[in-house]
Amino acid sequence: MEWKGRDVVSIRDFSKEDIEFVLKVAERLEEELNEKGSLDYARGKILATLFFEPSTRTRLSFESAMHRLGGSVIGFSSASSTSVKKGESLADTIRTVEQYSDVIVIRHPMEGAARLAAEVAEVPVINAGDGSNQHPTQTLLDLYTIKRAFGRIDGLKIGLLGDLKYGRTVHSLAEALAFYDVELYLISPELLRMPKHIVEELKVRGVRVYETTDLEGAIPELDVLYVTRIQRERFPDEEEYLKVKGSYQVNCKLLKNAKETLKVMHPLPRVDEIHPEVDKSEHALYFRQVFSGVPVRMALLGLTLGVL
Amino acid sequence: MPELKVEVIPEGTVIDHIPAGKWLKVIEILGLTKPNGGTLLIASNVPSKKLGRKDIVKVEGRYLSEEEVNKIALIAPNATVNIVKDYKIAEKFKVSIPDEIVGILRCPNPNCVSNHEYVRPKFHVVSKEPLKLRCHYCERTIEGEEILKNL
Repeated sequence: MEWKGRDVVSIRDFSKEDIEFVLKVAERLEEELNEKGSLDYARGKILATLFFEPSTRTRLSFESAMHRLGGSVIGFSSASSTSVKKGESLADTIRTVEQYSDVIVIRHPMEGAARLAAEVAEVPVINAGDGSNQHPTQTLLDLYTIKRAFGRIDGLKIGLLGDLKYGRTVHSLAEALAFYDVELYLISPELLRMPKHIVEELKVRGVRVYETTDLEGAIPELDVLYVTRIQRERFPDEEEYLKVKGSYQVNCKLLKNAKETLKVMHPLPRVDEIHPEVDKSEHALYFRQVFSGVPVRMALLGLTLGVL
Repeated sequence: MPELKVEVIPEGTVIDHIPAGKWLKVIEILGLTKPNGGTLLIASNVPSKKLGRKDIVKVEGRYLSEEEVNKIALIAPNATVNIVKDYKIAEKFKVSIPDEIVGILRCPNPNCVSNHEYVRPKFHVVSKEPLKLRCHYCERTIEGEEILKNL
């Protein structure tokens, strides 16, 4: 697969070989970065970050990744300061921005925006989240974090906890994990179960899947617990939400029954689904996960720019 | 022979086995509603062994290609097409669902970019039986009634 000029829009466009390759390049770049402090693969190249929606981690880690590669960054972090406010179409915005840059990163509130941008632009486009659809670089950095922590992904028992119905992160992650020999525990309230078609697809692809509402019961089995936020607005009434919220908080008491080596992950931002007391424990992997965003995005930027 | 209820055409295309009541949608999709197209002969609600009732559309003076006619596969999956030359059937084929469906179906997801930007909606066929489509842009899948509602 030719990487130069390739768009990164959806994890569906990735084969297992593609994923493994990105993870390997990210690891190499992380090591090089540790040795040298900064790199200059992308010197003279410009990244445009188009954030039509707010973000902390994704935007800053893309920008950090480009700087670490020796390139520079232009862009905006809210649509309100651009011509979009005057009614400019997305296609025109992309055609304009590509005149100024060598690679585009886009986050947009509409599903499919990154696909459209990739079709319009000559330069590579990387999707940093399109509405509730895809966020492929998050999935890749999640896999990278697991691989760095365990040295492998095969053979692990991974629990996905929280809003499995609407959460785009867990959908893409589950689909990517299906390339590996893993057991998946899908832990959620009844109301927020993983959509049937995804569960079916996982099973067809050979993943052993267990669906449960019982976090406490599942915890001793797990190697990884991937926690996501349960959103209040998904519940028809407040009382139901409060009940669920309480029963899915990850705290030190719950983790007493976990394997010593269990790692807790979270795409962040968190609200109160992981108690801050967990932060200092050996289980907490979520800040390391944040760090993974940089080498993985360096790999993707470098590969699509064709400079590695 | 229900076909004989409608005049036989010397040259053109006969689309048979359209589900009853769908002829208008068929000619819309095929772009045959414009007044400068050829003569159209329509038979609607014709008794049929296969379908109970069916519609037939005859397009005079125009040979529709397989690719063109496959566009109607979503609403008339059992349609058969006869190409008529000099009053005789010169070619016969069945409609089949193409791998991609472009410009016919609107994406039902209101937040899909294809409903907001100047772009032709496009779907990939995930499965033909039962029919299941995935939007090229927002990647949502649709099936059954939802497909028909958005034609």
